[in-house]
Amino acid sequence: MNSLLDVILTTDFAFSVLRVTTPILFAALGALISNRAGIINIGMEGIMLVSALAGVIVSAYTHSAWVGLLGAVLSGTLIAGILAFFTLKFKTHIILGGVAINMFASGGTVFILYLLSGDKGSSTSLASKVLPSVQIPLLKDIPVLGPILSGHHILTYFSILSVLVVYYLLNRTPLGLRIRSVGENPHAAQSVGVSVVRIQYTALLLSGFFASLGGAYMSMGYLSLFTRDMVAGRGWIAIAAESMGRSTTVGTALTSLLFGAADALSNALQVLKIPAELIATLPYVATVVGLIIYAVSETRKKNKKLKTTTTK
Amino acid sequence: MANALLEMRGITKVYPNGVVANKDVGFSLREGEIHAIAGENGAGKSTLMKIMFGMEEPSEGAIYIRGEQVKLQSPQDAIDRGIGMVHQHFMLVPSFTVAENMVLGMEPRKGVGFNAGEAVRLTEETARKYNLSVNARAKVEDLSVGMKQKVEILKALVRGAKILILDEPTAVLTPQETEELFHELQQLKEQGHTIVFISHKLKEVKAICDRITIMRGGRSEGVFQTREVTEQGISRLMVGRDVVLKYDKDSIPHGKPVLRVEQLAVSDSQGKALLAEISFSVREGQIVGIAGVEGNGQTQLIEALTGGLRGVSGSGAVSVKGTDIRGLDILGIRSLGVSYIPEDRMRQGSAGDASIADNLISTRYRSKDMNKGPFLHSSKIAALASSLVEEFKVRCSGTRQPVGMLSGGNMQKVVVARECSTNPQLLIAEQPTRGVDIGAAQFIHQKLLELRSDKCAIVLVSADLNEILELSDSLLVMYEGQIVAYFDNPSAVSEEELGLYMLGINRQDKEQTGRALNHV
Repeated sequence: MNSLLDVILTTDFAFSVLRVTTPILFAALGALISNRAGIINIGMEGIMLVSALAGVIVSAYTHSAWVGLLGAVLSGTLIAGILAFFTLKFKTHIILGGVAINMFASGGTVFILYLLSGDKGSSTSLASKVLPSVQIPLLKDIPVLGPILSGHHILTYFSILSVLVVYYLLNRTPLGLRIRSVGENPHAAQSVGVSVVRIQYTALLLSGFFASLGGAYMSMGYLSLFTRDMVAGRGWIAIAAESMGRSTTVGTALTSLLFGAADALSNALQVLKIPAELIATLPYVATVVGLIIYAVSETRKKNKKLKTTTTK
Repeated sequence: MANALLEMRGITKVYPNGVVANKDVGFSLREGEIHAIAGENGAGKSTLMKIMFGMEEPSEGAIYIRGEQVKLQSPQDAIDRGIGMVHQHFMLVPSFTVAENMVLGMEPRKGVGFNAGEAVRLTEETARKYNLSVNARAKVEDLSVGMKQKVEILKALVRGAKILILDEPTAVLTPQETEELFHELQQLKEQGHTIVFISHKLKEVKAICDRITIMRGGRSEGVFQTREVTEQGISRLMVGRDVVLKYDKDSIPHGKPVLRVEQLAVSDSQGKALLAEISFSVREGQIVGIAGVEGNGQTQLIEALTGGLRGVSGSGAVSVKGTDIRGLDILGIRSLGVSYIPEDRMRQGSAGDASIADNLISTRYRSKDMNKGPFLHSSKIAALASSLVEEFKVRCSGTRQPVGMLSGGNMQKVVVARECSTNPQLLIAEQPTRGVDIGAAQFIHQKLLELRSDKCAIVLVSADLNEILELSDSLLVMYEGQIVAYFDNPSAVSEEELGLYMLGINRQDKEQTGRALNHV
């Protein structure tokens, strides 16, 4: 037990929580935006995978990590655009489209990887670039806080910034108002001339944008190469984080952090003599426990409400 | 017409499913008038309004505003031309504030952000200008129905609407709210607005409208000065015949008791009595009406008769043809020959996405006739469905059409057709004609009387006094979970007299109400 605490109560562990939260947080914010517009993007996993590969390839050929990032974002947003096109234009069911995107991404990335590098497993033969980490002056010298908060990957900082951006976007801008109105009562939005389809397009593209930042982080920060199916369910966990966060920006960010912490814990505990398989279940156990707590509190709230209305 | 503000000529609308909703309809609106469009459910009023508001495009015909032909391809086009609509189902976002709902789609900005302060100011200014007070900062989900409607009217006005279309605006309002609305509409008219008022409540049309366009079966029956036509005249044009709720009932001898309820008492989980000392019977060929203000135990009584009260504490006996039904499930009760027309045709009476045919067989798909081995016998089902659709005059494009696409009256006919066509011994009809146009209501009444002639016992619960007085052979009045009056000749009872019992002012003695059990 002591050794467990030894592992958790270190600045290294706290640092790693932020590190593994980053891709989940990005994707969860993306899921949040599309969900608020009333359209569930379950293609997060596939979008992340495609953008992870695109970042590696573009950076390898242009010798620039930043152009690589741009490539990742463009390709991820493009995939979201394709999903939006089929869903909103041809009225394909969004779940069907999302599943197609995920399967296409899983197979397609391996295919392209093989074409370019001759390797089906990873991109080791491609000289891809990595985005920099940032030391924050002043902050880095503060004990405890410094080692936890400073020295992170630039996209990690950007993901935290994105929480504020998404909050502002949804709650304080005309676009956010329209996104929420379309999600809550599309007829109302339509009746005042808001184009439901255009708003949902925008929301899906934005969700693709954020998911692809998460994907770029996977191959240009978390790891420095692409490996097959490297997103490993993070897109799905992000969707869970969004709904457990009750579709609010703050809730989504906090649940993402919770899942990140569980993920980090499972990484950290591998040094102990606990079976790796058991540790690997931690994030999922956290999900189930979280959902149970959520369901219980919701039921209580409902019962309370019922009681007050009946006593009225 | 030279001074027409808006004119629609030769409007025909055929939906992709083949339903002709409007046929060569003309409509002309003068500036500054309140113009009613009246018609039965399914007469094409809503479609015409949707075309006027750009929600539907006409298959044929043209729209002119001040003599200039316009194409309205979206609500935005209509809004841009000064047309606003207050929908029957409010187009509001519940979690938004009044101000946010007001400016949605035309949000004031501050930099890249939304200027919430300006939205509130604009709302308050508009509210003051038109003398419609609302709380700009309140959340819409917390508002009363009347308030929500005000927000809808303001929403249209703030977008510069000079023509205001109101789709059955009083359907959801209390009498006080209705009066307030009329006052507001008069004010708007004085300020130079033009109002299109869709309704089938003739009294309201007479009270507030200058002119009236009457629609029937997708066609216009003409335009009239409201003060020059009587309510009877309007209803004749709407229905195509004089509406009189007078039926020739053959007096048939009542046979053996089918339903017998004795000393039924039910209380809720907190021990509050919902029903007490309910005793009555219904015999073959007899219609027993149950009148009462809503919420006086009728719902619980129906639940007790249809198996919905299993597990709730209660006492007494309920039997159908001598079989105790307490403890039986719905299937068990139905297999005794009980049919049930529920009050809510959308939620309980039908499955909106399922076809007419599927809805029609939902109570009898288990029977051998409807099956061929492990499969449903589709040709037999289709034949049954088409014959029922024909017999009950359901207006639809075919038996595979989803029930949810039908108008309210036709949907109700499907429910009635299903429940009446299984040779029921006992029919429980709960508000069978609520929200249904006069034509369909009369049709349903005829069907109930036919069943009565076939010796079916009928329990009729209705808030429509006209209906209940005219159809019932015996009448019970419920008040606070008890039977407070029994009449064996309902058509001789006046509505006023009935009202005294329904409101609990009068009450008969036990001896009189006790007659409900044996009808002697």
